Amino acid sequence: MKRTSFWSWFWVAIGSLYFFLPLLSTFDFSLRAKKGVLTFIAYENVFKDPQFWSTIRFSLVIALFTVIFSILLVVPTVYWIRLRLPQLRMLVEFISMLSYVIPAIVLVFGLIRVFSGAPFHLTNSYFGTYVLLVAAYVVLTLPFVFRAIDTGMSAIDVRALTEAAQSLGAGRGTILFRVIFPNLRVAILSSVFLTLATVIGEYTMASFIVGIKAFGPYMSLIGQNKTYESSSITIISFTMTWALMMVIQVFNRDKTKRSSLSGVR
Amino acid sequence: MSNKNQLTTNTKMKRDALEVRPKNSFLSNWIGVTPFFIFTLFFIVLPSVSLVTRAFQDNAGNFTLRNFLDLFSPAILSSYWVSIRISFATALAGGLLGFLMAYAITVGKLPDGVRSGILTFSGVASNFAGVPLAFAFVATMGRTGMVTVLLKNVFHINIYNMGFNLYSFLGLSLTYTFFQFPLMILVITPALDGLKKEWKEAAENLGASQGMYLRKVLLPILMPSILGGMILLFGNSFGAYATAYSLTGGFINLITIMVGSQIKGDVLYNPGLGYALAVGMVIVMLIMMIFYYLLRRRSERWLRK
Amino acid sequence: MAFIELSNISKVYGTTTVVEKVNLEAEKGEFISFLGPSGCGKTTTLRMVAGFEQPNTGSITLDGADITYLPPRQRNIGMVFQSYALFPNMTVGQNIGFGLQTRKLPKEEIKQKVDEMLAMVHLESHIDKYPYQLSGGQQQRIALARALAINPAVLLLDEPLSALDAKIRVELRLEIRRIQQTMGITTIYVTHDQEEAMLLSDRVVVMSQGHVEQIGPPSRIYNYPATEFVAQFVGQLNLLPVSAVDMASATCTVAGHTIRFETSVARELSESPRLAIRPEELQIGFPAAGEEANTLSGEIASVLFLGAIVRLRVLVNGVLITADIFNERNITFPRAGDEIVLNFSKHACWLI
Repeated sequence: MKRTSFWSWFWVAIGSLYFFLPLLSTFDFSLRAKKGVLTFIAYENVFKDPQFWSTIRFSLVIALFTVIFSILLVVPTVYWIRLRLPQLRMLVEFISMLSYVIPAIVLVFGLIRVFSGAPFHLTNSYFGTYVLLVAAYVVLTLPFVFRAIDTGMSAIDVRALTEAAQSLGAGRGTILFRVIFPNLRVAILSSVFLTLATVIGEYTMASFIVGIKAFGPYMSLIGQNKTYESSSITIISFTMTWALMMVIQVFNRDKTKRSSLSGVR
Repeated sequence: MSNKNQLTTNTKMKRDALEVRPKNSFLSNWIGVTPFFIFTLFFIVLPSVSLVTRAFQDNAGNFTLRNFLDLFSPAILSSYWVSIRISFATALAGGLLGFLMAYAITVGKLPDGVRSGILTFSGVASNFAGVPLAFAFVATMGRTGMVTVLLKNVFHINIYNMGFNLYSFLGLSLTYTFFQFPLMILVITPALDGLKKEWKEAAENLGASQGMYLRKVLLPILMPSILGGMILLFGNSFGAYATAYSLTGGFINLITIMVGSQIKGDVLYNPGLGYALAVGMVIVMLIMMIFYYLLRRRSERWLRK
Repeated sequence: MAFIELSNISKVYGTTTVVEKVNLEAEKGEFISFLGPSGCGKTTTLRMVAGFEQPNTGSITLDGADITYLPPRQRNIGMVFQSYALFPNMTVGQNIGFGLQTRKLPKEEIKQKVDEMLAMVHLESHIDKYPYQLSGGQQQRIALARALAINPAVLLLDEPLSALDAKIRVELRLEIRRIQQTMGITTIYVTHDQEEAMLLSDRVVVMSQGHVEQIGPPSRIYNYPATEFVAQFVGQLNLLPVSAVDMASATCTVAGHTIRFETSVARELSESPRLAIRPEELQIGFPAAGEEANTLSGEIASVLFLGAIVRLRVLVNGVLITADIFNERNITFPRAGDEIVLNFSKHACWLI
């Protein structure tokens, strides 16, 4: 008993060191912009840079469209498959998992080759590249969005809810937006925040499709030019990821609380 | 009164509607999934097919196997090899550390607070890859990084004199492991939660020692999940581009870096070869995914009840 | 000295006492059931016998040896779990052979024993299947075979049938009894199903809130419940309010009728005593005469057809009484509102 808990703590300690040492080092480094004193000047410099705000805003907007589009794409599809076309389940699941098989760098390669030429010419206009980036992100996040929505929908009895709504006279749109979506709130919200966490600092696809406009490539640029700011921006980016993950935790905790409560009753 | 009338007409209309519905049931069955298939056709299938077909074409557009034969040049083979080795090493190291930590928070009976803390940080860390991760490791283990300096000043160990270099195989592996082991924790925890305490009790009851229980029951049951998790980690690292690129500035000979420079401009002076490079990556990933699928099917079957 | 003895064992978690001073002596070959509602401590008691929990006080001896703190794997006690707990990574044969493997028996011997056990549970052809390929009932048979393969001194079963369908449950409990009797193995069986406990056991231990209410053969438990809890928990029971109790003549008044009751089981009466009588003891018909007969007359409130029996709810001067009568093919059902007379012997009822 004693021995087990020693090893448990041991491995947890190793993992925690691995996790916190880089953060601690980065934070420490980010405060050393002036010799001999600790200062937040590296943070001030980042926050004063208009390009920081413009790239963040750009990436947020892209992330927002990604979220909206992927939810609108995945929820009706999963709903329909559960309700009408269970035989397509394997196929859709397979397609959703494809972006595990096709690495981001390969996907962006293919996307650029297909959509830069005729008949699409998407890369000839800014708007076209934005569309391409959103599409690329939808594919990138498809595996976990699909998983989250599918798990969420398996937790509610979609068929019974639909039939109940139908018998009360609701149409397709009403059912989807007023019955299914609200009941999937937790699943949708956690996939939204996971998408945000993935997309905001994403580098590979952004650098090839839109370049320096996005936050990921901006961070990379900072790293090449400014030593201390690269650390402060790392801490900032980490804080954002952390915040988004905490939000997901809160949602999930709500869910488990509710279910354990009903279990006791 | 009028309400009641309305209700009856409504019902009547519905009944009429029912009589016509079967006629276009095919269309109405498929309409819900059509957007999904159109989207994936354009943004997954088309790019993949285009890469594959171009990989089989020469500059003039004729069919050829030449591009794939060219993959077997030493430079390209070695970049595949480095990528595979780094992915294997980090999958193994990250997989082991992740498994041991997940074991500690599930079977190891650490307090609930530790468990949820570790699961949250795993969510963060497994998402914390790319550019900022590279910066963080420069600040940690670069020449003037905190850990490097600490080792030098306190323990008098100069790792750079001992041949360590953050921009090398080992350095990149250490960096990748930062997002690998948390992913393993996330993947393997459900499998560990699925272990029944009755299995342990039944084994004890039948006279098995702790070691025998681990060897004969626990590890065989978990093995498919562990290997499956490690395969996921392998793919995770095999396709990683941003971390390696921002850490090494494109100087390490990884396959993703090669494909990246191929997108920026034709560094191989042979576009067909570039496409074959990319297709080669997908083939490696496909092989891993087939293993993953087989293992997952096995572990789900076992843990179903 | 009994074969297995629990003396004064108690188990406390934090501030809640889960098991309180349980005493039990079981002879070799005896089949004992722990019966009680969930949370009554029966499973915890069983787990202490198996060694998965340790009592805070008291001791457990097996064949004269103190095993209170012996680790489970050294006890040689077989256990069957509610959730089967078959090892999912092993075939049926490997599962049954596992306990013999831990004892480092030669392969030949293991194989022979596995075959013998499989024959006993009639699943010879499933030796190479994996647990997930078997039905729940089959899995539980294998679990039973696995527990018995090690020739345990005692067999413990923790609600082994409660995860199964009703039909399989009935089938398997007879099987358990058959195997137990052919092997002559001392068995402790935990259940919340009184029918199961009655049918299987030589003796039943009724438990409630951590302590033993009564120990005895099934018929004794049913006909002479020692406490109000046992009376209410086992079988159906009418509890009628009484007034004017006269212990000297053994009479009392129930809903305006004078009733003679049984006084052979002397017991302290509670502050507001009630008359206990099982529904099947009541007969409908004309008033009977005689020293031992009791009569209540009332009006039928409802009639419930349950198959083998027909359950009548009879209102006697405002008191609701349940009476069970046997079904017959050509029965004429009494109807709600009918006037009716209920007869019963003075030996059928007692005061609690």
